[in-house]
Amino acid sequence: MSKIAEKLGMKKRVNYFETPYTFRNAMKEGSSDVKISMAVLGFANIKNKQIAKGLLFLVIELAYLYYMFTNGFHCIAMLPSLGTREAEKVWNEAKGIYEYTAGDNSILILLYGVVTVAITLVFAVFWKSTVCSGYKAEYLKARGMRVSTFVEDVKDLFNKNLHKLLMFLPFTGICVFTILPLIYMITMAFTNYSKEGNHLLLFDWVGFENFARVLNFGGKIGKEFWSVLGWTIIWAVFATGLNYIFGMILGIVINRKGTRFKAFWRFCFVLSIAVPQFVSLLIMRTCLQPQGAINVLLQNAGLTDHALPFLTDATWARVTVIVINCWVGIPYTLLQVTGILQNIPAELYESARVDGANAFITFFKITLPYMLFVTLPYLITQFTGNVNNFNVIFLLSGGAPTPVGSTSGKTDLLVTWLYKLTIDQQYYNLGAVIGILTFVVLAIVALSTYRNTGAYKNEEEFM
Amino acid sequence: MRKRETASAKTRRFISNTIVHVCLAVLAVIWLFPIFWVILTSFRAEKGSYVSSFFPKSYTLDNYKRLFTDTTILNFPQMFMNTLIIAIFCAVISSFFVLSVSYCMSRLRFKMRKPFMNLAMVLGLFPGFMSMIAVYYILKAIGLSEGSMIRVALILVYTGGSGAGFYIAKGFFDTIPKALDEAAYLDGATKFQVFTKVTIPLSKPIIVYTILTSFMAPWLDFIFAKVICRADAKYYTVSIGLWKMLEKEYIDSWYTCFAAGAVCVSIPIAILFIAMQNMYVEGMAGAVKG
Repeated sequence: MSKIAEKLGMKKRVNYFETPYTFRNAMKEGSSDVKISMAVLGFANIKNKQIAKGLLFLVIELAYLYYMFTNGFHCIAMLPSLGTREAEKVWNEAKGIYEYTAGDNSILILLYGVVTVAITLVFAVFWKSTVCSGYKAEYLKARGMRVSTFVEDVKDLFNKNLHKLLMFLPFTGICVFTILPLIYMITMAFTNYSKEGNHLLLFDWVGFENFARVLNFGGKIGKEFWSVLGWTIIWAVFATGLNYIFGMILGIVINRKGTRFKAFWRFCFVLSIAVPQFVSLLIMRTCLQPQGAINVLLQNAGLTDHALPFLTDATWARVTVIVINCWVGIPYTLLQVTGILQNIPAELYESARVDGANAFITFFKITLPYMLFVTLPYLITQFTGNVNNFNVIFLLSGGAPTPVGSTSGKTDLLVTWLYKLTIDQQYYNLGAVIGILTFVVLAIVALSTYRNTGAYKNEEEFM
Repeated sequence: MRKRETASAKTRRFISNTIVHVCLAVLAVIWLFPIFWVILTSFRAEKGSYVSSFFPKSYTLDNYKRLFTDTTILNFPQMFMNTLIIAIFCAVISSFFVLSVSYCMSRLRFKMRKPFMNLAMVLGLFPGFMSMIAVYYILKAIGLSEGSMIRVALILVYTGGSGAGFYIAKGFFDTIPKALDEAAYLDGATKFQVFTKVTIPLSKPIIVYTILTSFMAPWLDFIFAKVICRADAKYYTVSIGLWKMLEKEYIDSWYTCFAAGAVCVSIPIAILFIAMQNMYVEGMAGAVKG
């Protein structure tokens, strides 16, 4: 087993944080106090003079139990069915009118269910750590060592346990506003929550049906998915590649010996990113309309006799968004590469010149390989950023042109399609599936490349 | 023979230099064209998005006046204030989150460190607003989706996940020599004291950078604000307001005001951005030199 692991290049994990106060030891060697504190949290702590700490544990346990008995168990019990009662019209004799009874709302049931499960998981982690803490107090006392007081524990938060203090709020924020919503959204992918069949209020679990629908080549949604995915990848490759190469060429041209006013040129390009993206993109969109400024000016100048379909013809629109994205992205690349370009050893260029290489060959044989080597992580981030590039597409073309009867436009990326499916068309389940599939595509690309780059591997070993 | 060669090399260099400068000038014009265009439009006296000439026929300041005084349909001053308030809170909270997490990741060693870094990387791969609908329901469930709580909701949304964006600041903290920390520990400092008294004072560029980026986020974001504010125009941020001005029913009367609004928003953001750029470059260069 270990040999296979070695062959795969996995290192045996070394745990630098080993203590004797593990959960397993607590189970094996803890006294009956520790065992009792599995049910009554903090019992072992109280017995070993950590009264405040023990009481704190107990209070949290009681709060959790109170929540579970008043709401929690009900929420979890509702999860499998996601609610069944429809809102009904009931004849009210006394008032002589129809009244509506409140039915179940599946989306809320799902939310409360997911939250309750999450709270329970957090509590389980907490429970384990309190048992370990009780065992630690007992362990230290039995060996005649000092058991830390509550005041000392609080002081430790500013010293030994500073990470707990500093990480608590940010991590809670990430859990509540990133992880929890993601889990919630992922669960939606397994339901029929959509406007189809009137499932906006009450919906059920449907297993992998949605995935099958989206991935199916034959179906209507499936066909759209594969074409959107294809365009997303083409877009990401072109948007990343062109920006990278042209940004680098621009950087080289500005930095070459003969160029004057280097700072001025750089300022010109940087100024274009200093303007908020949605402002510049909205301006471009209005200018590129059939009746927009660019078409009018071209026609007045006599260059064309009809309006050019910048954003109304599928192929034109695709080329337009890629070109405009170059406008957006090249200055960013310029900023990123300027410093690195200056670090390329000058000897390389000199010897190339002696060998009679021209600028073209020098670029492809020296500059590009060197830059690729150094900036691979940046390139991968750019690629994932472009796959998820919502702003450029949404503000510029809005996915248009959209064929009649289709939910996605010709320039829609997976993300903008996801937006349309959920916000505009209320196919929440399909939207969730597409989100998950986007993640899968990105994870395959990013993890396979990123983990192999030097920047990740050499993130300094433990010191 | 030799002299002629250098002379021809000189002309060649002169020609290539000229070509390069002309190319750069053309590119610079292309890049600055939209900015120039929006400034011109903001002073344009003719209404509507239809134009027949590049330069306006007559110039006026009315667009700016109307933007700040005509508050009946689209209340730009209020949107501006909304965004400013949200941005200030974001700057404070996000910077605190980002700096704390970066410091922990860079200097402290604990069991959850590597798993947390991997988690942050994985989370970065999900489409940013995939969870948007879910966030909206969560905010609704805790009663933050109506009335003046919308502002709180927006602040929470912008700051909530910010702790995951620690890479740049962590990179900076990594460059501060560990010897400084060790010297402080020898003098009996706690880790918290090292953080506040050694690391923070040495990190001015990256702190300014973090504050500015988080301050700018609400000005630049469009989609989160739109999903959370829905139709409640009272709590719109500037980006939704500007977007609204270009919708079909408003574009004819508001197009030039949109340009004026765009200029008003862009100037402070551009100044902050260029200031931040210098801080960013300084930050990348490392903390303590030599």
